[in-house]
Amino acid sequence: MTGVQIRQLNFVSAVRRALTIVVFGLALILACGAAFAQSLIFPDLSGRVVDQANLIPAATRQALEQKLATLEDKSGIQFVVATVASLQGQEIEPYANDLYRHWALGEKTKNNGVLLLVAPNEKKIRIEVGYGLEGTLTDALSRVVIANAITPRFKAGDFPGGITRGVDDVITILTTDSNEWTKKPQVRVDDPESAFDMILPFLIVALVIFILWNNSRGGGGGRGGGGPFIILPGPGWGGGGGSFGGGFGGGGGFGGGFSGGGGSSGGGGASGGW
Amino acid sequence: MAFTNRLRNFIAVALLGLSLSACGYNTIPTAEATAKARWADVQNNYQRRSDLIPNLVATVQGYAKQEKDVLTGVIEARAKATQVRVDAGDLTDPDKLKQFQDAQSKLTGALGRLLAVSENYPDLKSNQNFLALQSQLEGTENRITVARRDYIAAVRDYNLTLNTFPSMLWAMTAFRGNKPMAEFTASDNAQTPPTVKF
Repeated sequence: MTGVQIRQLNFVSAVRRALTIVVFGLALILACGAAFAQSLIFPDLSGRVVDQANLIPAATRQALEQKLATLEDKSGIQFVVATVASLQGQEIEPYANDLYRHWALGEKTKNNGVLLLVAPNEKKIRIEVGYGLEGTLTDALSRVVIANAITPRFKAGDFPGGITRGVDDVITILTTDSNEWTKKPQVRVDDPESAFDMILPFLIVALVIFILWNNSRGGGGGRGGGGPFIILPGPGWGGGGGSFGGGFGGGGGFGGGFSGGGGSSGGGGASGGW
Repeated sequence: MAFTNRLRNFIAVALLGLSLSACGYNTIPTAEATAKARWADVQNNYQRRSDLIPNLVATVQGYAKQEKDVLTGVIEARAKATQVRVDAGDLTDPDKLKQFQDAQSKLTGALGRLLAVSENYPDLKSNQNFLALQSQLEGTENRITVARRDYIAAVRDYNLTLNTFPSMLWAMTAFRGNKPMAEFTASDNAQTPPTVKF
């Protein structure tokens, strides 16, 4: 073999090795992505009442949506009622938690959301409570609502009645705590803060450069008149981590544009069956 | 000339700072902090369960004194479980985590027996205090499940940043001391909350 051939071979094998590493890395990312991806299929958050299982007649549905919209207007609490045709083989607890997080009910900073989930085919009910409301709508109270207001009516086949009564009771619990009720959601304080966090590194870098610049001017002697240095943030600066956004849909609440506010739940609430 | 040299240095420093953050220097510390925070959630929820137990035991005792074995079983398991604590710094030690998990799953078992036994006492079953405690316990078990799942996902994320490109480069250089964290083994009975019949 000539030297050129050997070098070519080396080059080819190096490229192949690099390719292998890249492919391997991609495969790993894909594999992990697949592991994390939800195998569950969730209904869209089309409004405050998502009736996939067709349990709620139109009139009841409208009344419910009205109540839920009023609740959100007054307290900022996002309360959504959902019926699903199937839990897709899951227990209701993990399913409700995944659905809650998928929809991200409640405000991002307050996590003040509630999900009432009914799975008629599995005969299961769950009230899933966001982190922020765990102190108001406790597990014990959630269970009382399910056991007293919902289950007896469901047993008699009265789904709209059971859901309406359950929603009324939950709203009563949420609104009896006057603190929670009268306090309008505070203006988020974390936005200006995080904006400041994002420019802080630039300020420090600018300051350091400015000081050194001044020193060097002192040492070098003369070159008057240079203005202070201004560094503009470049596009390369990622940082932050989406504290912005997570806007609050719904407000006035005539159909369109309803969306979760970015809240999360850690599995508070209670479940039941009939 | 000294001035241009310095200027060059400053720009180099500034560029270095920018590129450090653009190339994911923060990825590993962020993932590490997240995993540790998720661990704190796990431990808080186990603690919460542990806090419920004295009340539960006292309530059951009022109706079912003769179930001494089961009651002392719960008390002992709780005492053992509270002794095993895992700090955020110990998360890289799989043995420690296993000890923690073993102690907690023993407590889960003892609690399961206690709830099973209480099925035999109609008066106890209809006691409001007991019902409230039971639903709190149930809710706590569910929170534990969620917190564990979140922790496992966060650790997987963190371990991935140590082993995958490009954050791996930082793991080999700046964060040489960072070790992968231990996951829970999936086969724990705390994974499925105990079924409580009403």
